[in-house]
Amino acid sequence: MSESNEKRKTYYESIIKQGYSRRDFMKFTTYMAAFMGLKSTMVGQIAKSLETTPRLPVIWEHYQECTCCSESFIRSDHPIVADIILDKISLDYTLTLMAASGHQAEAAKNETMRKYKGEYILCVEGSIPLGDDGNYCCIAGKTAKQAFLEAAAGAKAIIAWGSCASSGCVQSAKPNPTEATPIHKILKNKPIIRVPGCPPIGEVMAGVIVHVVAFGRLPELDRQGRPKAFYSKRVHDSCYRRPYFDAGLFAETFDDKNSKEGYCLYNLGCKGPSTYNSCGTLKWNNGVSYPIQSGHGCIGCSEDKFWDNGPFYERIPKVPGFSIEASADDVGKVAAGVLAGGIAVHAVAANISKRKELAGRIKRGKSNEQNIDS
Amino acid sequence: MVWELPVRIFHWANVLSLLVLVLTGFIIADPPALLSNAEPYNLHTFGIVRFIHFTAAYVFFFVMILRLYWAFVGNQFSSWRAFWPFSKKMWTNFRHVVKVDVLLQNEEKRNLKNLSIGHNSVATLSYIAMFLLALLQIATGFGLYADMSGWWLPKLFSWVPAFFGGDFMVRSIHHFSMWAFILFALVHVYLVFYHDWLEGRGEVSSMFGGFKFVRNERIKKSE
Repeated sequence: MSESNEKRKTYYESIIKQGYSRRDFMKFTTYMAAFMGLKSTMVGQIAKSLETTPRLPVIWEHYQECTCCSESFIRSDHPIVADIILDKISLDYTLTLMAASGHQAEAAKNETMRKYKGEYILCVEGSIPLGDDGNYCCIAGKTAKQAFLEAAAGAKAIIAWGSCASSGCVQSAKPNPTEATPIHKILKNKPIIRVPGCPPIGEVMAGVIVHVVAFGRLPELDRQGRPKAFYSKRVHDSCYRRPYFDAGLFAETFDDKNSKEGYCLYNLGCKGPSTYNSCGTLKWNNGVSYPIQSGHGCIGCSEDKFWDNGPFYERIPKVPGFSIEASADDVGKVAAGVLAGGIAVHAVAANISKRKELAGRIKRGKSNEQNIDS
Repeated sequence: MVWELPVRIFHWANVLSLLVLVLTGFIIADPPALLSNAEPYNLHTFGIVRFIHFTAAYVFFFVMILRLYWAFVGNQFSSWRAFWPFSKKMWTNFRHVVKVDVLLQNEEKRNLKNLSIGHNSVATLSYIAMFLLALLQIATGFGLYADMSGWWLPKLFSWVPAFFGGDFMVRSIHHFSMWAFILFALVHVYLVFYHDWLEGRGEVSSMFGGFKFVRNERIKKSE
């Protein structure tokens, strides 16, 4: 865009130019440090780094997705996030929010890729379809895969926004007609920050970007490539209904008394105990609420293949291949029943087949007994 | 003496811990529906159930280690050699046991050597399978537990959920293998009774007292 010709400003300069005060800026850095779980002494470092580093260009790609990640991001808690990081300054290319369109938009992207090779941040929203030569998702005459590999080649850091880019989400659910593929399966030679969630929490997204910007490197990632600061705890572990879980008080249906009392939603299929995210602490829409607080169980949207992980409203997994809705326990019970029947049949058959041997043994036993007596 | 004291302790500690694990496991997987007006401030029922489950898991884990140790210092019936599945003897015995005890055919001529003193080879193979399954159970169980624990031992397993692609999958595997333990226990108990009933060697009581009835000439040979 137009600014790419100017000398690159630092984040601080941009923020001040945007009309925020120094005080607002310090609030913002404190805020971010808290989100990232940093010590208060680190606030200075973030501030300093934002004051001195020139802004990083961001290319934000949209593939097979619903834009809920972008929606979530622009509703992030602090206005500076939307204003500075996303909206006005950093974003060189994003289909949804940029003013330019068509050839102009593509030109801006190519310009950034050329001029800032090895410096820009590539954010990917959406999965990449590989089926039918990738024709299910084409932008500006290129398939999503081509566009992604091109943009990824010169990227300083790659961020997979949301469950689509990091695990495929709904379009990769069985039978996955378009062969929707998460980006880490397409690009193997570069580290990718996976920020799963459908969508991820806006503050988490801001935290990840600010971390990359402020410290110049990727945040600490867990084994699945997710930033530890936000994905190291289960939703269950920070749930305000946890005391009900520990007390064994559960809602059984959505309209029973227990549910009205705010009991634990475990029996209604809440996936909080197997989902890693920070919904319980950061919450959504400026900390207003989150699914469990609204009386609905967690559906585990930030877990891999959450659409295929069984029904949202039941505890025990369904078994594919067995009768339509057989749960693991049904299969187990039937197996146990069949086995018990088999054992009974075996016992009867043994009595018939081994009757001679048995009779002989009993006879010998009896004669032994007589020998003892006499 | 066939089953030495540590083997018997292992067996019954295992039985007890498995029983507790399965029962509490079922409660954890599908908690009973209780309608009450209770508030959780002085209730910790479910927490206690889970605590018992985790405690029993540790018992299960440590008796497993005890048994592994005993496979190297114990007598010939408990030694790892008795479980080694790659010998010819093992497989001839395997065919025999399948024929006589599973398919219930009668032998023309009885051969005492076919009657194992310790485990027969079908049993050994099933114990190897159960041992591997126990490893899976331990790995998935501790894998799920790792994040709540501050101790390094469960933390050793923190790679498990990532390996299987998330906690949900790990839970499912944990739940399914539990059923395998239940089915195994059914068959196991039946077959013990079956052997005791047919062979009259004190199969059942051997796990309490450690002794089986064996002919004199075989004892000399085996010692």
